[in-house]
Amino acid sequence: MTAVTAGRSTRGIVDLVFRARELSIVAALAVLVAVTAGTNGNFLSAQGLKDIFLNASILALLAVGQSFVIITRNIDLSVGSVVGLVAFTVGDVLAADHGLGVGVAIVLGIVIGGVCGLVNGLLVSFGRVPALVVTLGTLYIIQGLDHAIAHGRQINAVDLPESVLSLGNGSVLGIPYLPLIAVIVMLAVGYYLRSYASGRDFYAIGSSPEAAGLAGVPVRRRVMAAYLLSGGLAGLAGVLWLARFGTVVADDAHGWELQVVSAVVVGGVAITGGVGTVYGAALGALLLTTITSALVVLKVNPFWQQAITGALLLLAISVDRLLALRVARILRRRNARHGS
Amino acid sequence: MFTSSRRFTSAVAMVGLVSLGLAACGGTTKESVSSQAPAAPEQSSATANPNAPLKEGLKIAFLPKQINNPYETIVDKAGIEAAAEYKGTAKEVGPSDASASSQVSYINTLIQQQQDAILIAANDANAVCGPLKQAMTKGIKVVSYDSDASKDCRNLFINQASSEEVGRSEVKMLADMIDHKGEIAVLSATANATNQNTWIEFMKDELTKPEYKDMKLVKVAYGDDDDQKSFQETQGLLQAYPDLKGIIAPTTVGIAAAARYVSGSKYKGKIVVTGLGTPNQMREFVKNGTVEKFALWNPKDLGYLASYAAASLASGQITGAEGEKFKAGKLGEFTIGKDGEVILGPPFTFDAQNIDDFDY
Repeated sequence: MTAVTAGRSTRGIVDLVFRARELSIVAALAVLVAVTAGTNGNFLSAQGLKDIFLNASILALLAVGQSFVIITRNIDLSVGSVVGLVAFTVGDVLAADHGLGVGVAIVLGIVIGGVCGLVNGLLVSFGRVPALVVTLGTLYIIQGLDHAIAHGRQINAVDLPESVLSLGNGSVLGIPYLPLIAVIVMLAVGYYLRSYASGRDFYAIGSSPEAAGLAGVPVRRRVMAAYLLSGGLAGLAGVLWLARFGTVVADDAHGWELQVVSAVVVGGVAITGGVGTVYGAALGALLLTTITSALVVLKVNPFWQQAITGALLLLAISVDRLLALRVARILRRRNARHGS
Repeated sequence: MFTSSRRFTSAVAMVGLVSLGLAACGGTTKESVSSQAPAAPEQSSATANPNAPLKEGLKIAFLPKQINNPYETIVDKAGIEAAAEYKGTAKEVGPSDASASSQVSYINTLIQQQQDAILIAANDANAVCGPLKQAMTKGIKVVSYDSDASKDCRNLFINQASSEEVGRSEVKMLADMIDHKGEIAVLSATANATNQNTWIEFMKDELTKPEYKDMKLVKVAYGDDDDQKSFQETQGLLQAYPDLKGIIAPTTVGIAAAARYVSGSKYKGKIVVTGLGTPNQMREFVKNGTVEKFALWNPKDLGYLASYAAASLASGQITGAEGEKFKAGKLGEFTIGKDGEVILGPPFTFDAQNIDDFDY
């Protein structure tokens, strides 16, 4: 009996510590927004708020997919290339046939992204090649494919149907479509990871792949699923990219994979797997993009922006390490007290 | 109509430029501009025969900064088409990344292929110098375009427009649209982009003239030629400077991003966006009223002129010395300026009336 309550309250404390991790991002965000808005009220005007969420949506979507993969102790470096490939190919298809609508664009984008994810997943889970190498390889392959298809062309806003362009800057009940999509995806994925047994498997794999395998978790299938989801979301992000920016060339979203990984890590997902939530990752994305916007409004020299992102990453990793040590100590003390 | 007015204006620009002695720098670094003083073109020892006909069957090769760059693709395609006019064969080869080291290996291959002329948009003014000199000693003519190589490793540089003209005309264009009054900002590419920085210096200089006394440049922002960053910089400018009247974006990525953001925000119609962009990418924003007018040289004319310049060199019509003249097909006659520079002409202004005449 005591063991059960002790177990429950320990989990409660551990939960609380990690919830505090997400709350700390919210707090940082609040301080940042308050200071910036204090200097310039326009930052929190209706247009300013809309901009903040619009800026973060695509990165947040990618961060949700990426955190899924990182939680299983893997990584997907190909997402930037997938966004570029999807944005261009979908744009190309839409430019050729104006009759196609947003629905076709989104489905096509998710399918292309999903195929890329499938290749990654197969190589990592069944080929047993380290994820870093596999996805670095597919990063270049997909980029090369994009270049071959684009062949120096450019998709312009005028080539795209009005419905797709309005997905980029339109809104429903005053809420722009892009953040709406990002939030719905985040909530759905977050709920699945937390509340379904198969969702918990991903954490088990990340904590210890061997132990998870011995405990009967279908490791390969789950890792495969993580890559499929990451690829599919990158495909969706590619369509949103097209809708938002309107002008697309072959090397769009070049280098975004590192921004995505940064957002995920700042958001409290441990790069070593097994820890973190998609909410944290999405908040990390919101924080990073808002910092960039805030520094512009605060008229800080742009040379500082990258340095600040770097400092935040180091801070996030230090906080994670401290938290991990504290949790380990709490658990040890509890166990000792209850003599288990 | 377009080409004939161009012919006249480019001649005017040329005279103005030579008399000013201010050959602008295009793609070179600032240092190389200031070190341009002792200009003794070594090629002047060779003799030019202005009456020599263009040889048939010339082999020329375009080496852009990188293939896959939409802008350079247009330039090179026009150059290849021009080669067909003088019965030569032209091709485009190049690396998929914009690096000088990968250009070097392409230059070496082209030397082995014994091309008659190499046309290069240099990724680095100095790094490509060695192999280009080697090409010149083997009798291959070297023409740089878009972005210059050091002046002693090429015969000619085809400059898309004089940097001075670009900078000053951007300010004039914006001033006309905002009645010479109010705060303005610049949305540039990267903070160390040579072209943009040179143009911005001329913009600042133009703004010191009395007719712009009521205009104030409040900020130069850098969008790093990245869509998202350019969006955020535009938002920041509009938030930080509520009285802002106009934005000049002298980069094709920046102007498209600024226009796209403004067209979907409450600032549409309240802020003037202008700068350098291509007609295709800006068509949507001109049609929906976000952008009234913007400018660019014609990249097709740039490729066309570069192609003819290379053919004239390879045929012995010109050697690259200052003051020599050559004919560039439908574009008419051009004169070589200081340091072997040939200037295409002033930038062309696009607006709702003429934008549909262009497709690039």
